[in-house]
Amino acid sequence: MLEIFSYDFMVRALIVGTLVSLCAALLGVILVLKRYSMIGDGLSHVGFGALAVAAAANIAPLQVAVPVVLIAAFCLLRLSKKSKLNGDAAIAVISSSALAVGVIVASVSGLNTDLNSYLFGSILATTDTDAVFCVVLAVVVIAVFLVFYNKIFSVTFDENFAAATGTRPALYNMIIAALTALTIVIGMRIMGTLLISALIIFPALSAMRLCKSFKSVIIVSGILSVFCFIFGLILSYYFDIPTGPTVVLFNCAVLLIFFVISKIRMKLMM
Amino acid sequence: MSYIKCTDLKMGYEDGVVFENLSFSVNKGDYLCIVGENGSGKSTLMKGLLGLVSPLSGAIEYGDGLEKKGIGYLPQQTDIQSDFPASVYEVVLSGTLSLRKLPFYSKSQKKTAFENMDRVGISDIKNKCFQELSGGQQQRVLLARALCATTKLIILDEPITGLDPLASQELYDLVKTLNKDGITVVMVSHDINSAVTHASHILHLSGESYFYGTTHKYVRSPYGEKFLITDCPCDDCRHQKEVSDNA
Repeated sequence: MLEIFSYDFMVRALIVGTLVSLCAALLGVILVLKRYSMIGDGLSHVGFGALAVAAAANIAPLQVAVPVVLIAAFCLLRLSKKSKLNGDAAIAVISSSALAVGVIVASVSGLNTDLNSYLFGSILATTDTDAVFCVVLAVVVIAVFLVFYNKIFSVTFDENFAAATGTRPALYNMIIAALTALTIVIGMRIMGTLLISALIIFPALSAMRLCKSFKSVIIVSGILSVFCFIFGLILSYYFDIPTGPTVVLFNCAVLLIFFVISKIRMKLMM
Repeated sequence: MSYIKCTDLKMGYEDGVVFENLSFSVNKGDYLCIVGENGSGKSTLMKGLLGLVSPLSGAIEYGDGLEKKGIGYLPQQTDIQSDFPASVYEVVLSGTLSLRKLPFYSKSQKKTAFENMDRVGISDIKNKCFQELSGGQQQRVLLARALCATTKLIILDEPITGLDPLASQELYDLVKTLNKDGITVVMVSHDINSAVTHASHILHLSGESYFYGTTHKYVRSPYGEKFLITDCPCDDCRHQKEVSDNA
C-alpha cells in the first residue's frame, strides 16, 4: 500500500492536499456559518482566470494568482456588504466573468490541453517549487487561524456584540477573506477550479450534523477533511480515476452518512 | 460625572435624521428604560451608545470609570443565527475577550465566565448547545456573556421579545437583582408597563420630542398618560369615564 508514495508527485500531492484540506475545513466552518459558502466558488473562478493569463504570459502562475485572488476576496466582501447587489449575485457576476476571461485567454494562447487540468485538477500539476510555496502558505493560514480563533468565533457568532466590546469585525472579516483566498489558490491545482469549493463546504456541513460546540465542529471538520482527501487520493490512484472528483464524492458520502446518523439520533431522542 | 452623558445628540442614516436635540445622562445605579414607538430611534440610540453608529452631531461622553468597550450588551435575539453550533460555555467565554489582548483565554477570564454563569443560573447547562435551549435560557446565556464584558453597565435590546410571560418575568427579576447588586441597566423595551414597574428612569422617544426623567415623573407626564393603560379598556369603564368627563 505504501508503494504508491514512492512516486514524488504522489508525495507532493499528499502533503499539499492534506494541508489544503485542513485549511479549507477550518475556514469552511466560518464561511458556512457566515452564509458565504459560495465565496470559495467565486474565488476559484477568479483564480482560474489569473492562472490562464499567467500561463499565457509565461509568468509563474501561483505568484500571479495569489494577489489577484486576494484582491477579488476583498472586493467580494465589500460588494456583498455595501452595494445594492446581493452577495450571491455579486459572486455569480465576478465568478462567471473571470471564468470566461480564463477560457478565452487559454484558447487564444493555445493552452487547450491544460484547460482540463485547471478546471478539474491534477495531482501531476504541482512542481517542487509550487509544493514548497503551498506548504508555507498553508502553515501561515493554519497559524493565523489558530492565533485569532477566539476572536473569529466571537465575530462569527455575533458581529454587533464583538464590535461593541472592542473587537473589530471588519478586520477579522478581512483576515477570513484573505485566508480563504490563499487556501483557494493553493488548493486549486489539485482539486480543480470547479471542485475546490467542495473542500470548504462539505466537511463543515458534515461536522455540523453531529457536533454541538464550535470547537468540536472545527476539530471534526478538520479530521473529516483530511481523512476524505487521503482516502480519495489513494482510491483515485488504484482505480485510475481523477483525484479531485474522487475526493469530492468521498466527502459527499460522508455528509450523507452523517446526515442519516443525525436523523436517527433525533428520532431516538424524541 | 455620569457613566454616559448625551448632549444635543442628533443621529440618523443616509436617508434621514432619526432624532435630534436629545440630551440625557445615565448615572451609576440607574435603571433606564428607553421606550417609544417603532421607528422612533430606540435601536439607533442604543447603537450610538455602543459605538456601532456614530452620531451626526452632538456628543456622547463616557465617564466615572466607564469605557465604551466596557459596556455589556445583550442584542436582540434575531441578530443571532439559530443554527450556530456553540456551547453555552463558549458563548459566555467570548464575552471576556475585551479583557485581554492575547489570543488565548487566561485562567481569570475562565473564572469570570464561570462566575457569571452562576450569577444567572446556567452553570448546570454549560455544555449544552446554545441553539437547543429555550428562549429564556438563551437570553440568560447572552446576559451572562454581557456581564463578562462589564462590571458597570449593561445595555439590553428588547430582551423579552419572543419569551413567554413566565420567562419574561424571570428575566425582569434577574435584571432587577443585577441592578440591586450595582450593575447599571439601560434597557430598550416595547413593554411599557413593565418598564414603569422596574425602571428608575424613563427615556421616551417620540419623533420630534422626547421625555427624560424619573419613572415617578413619567407616569404623570402627558407621554406616560398616553401610553400607560391606566383606564380599564372594557366598554363599561369607557362609558363611566365619559360620564365622569362630561360631569
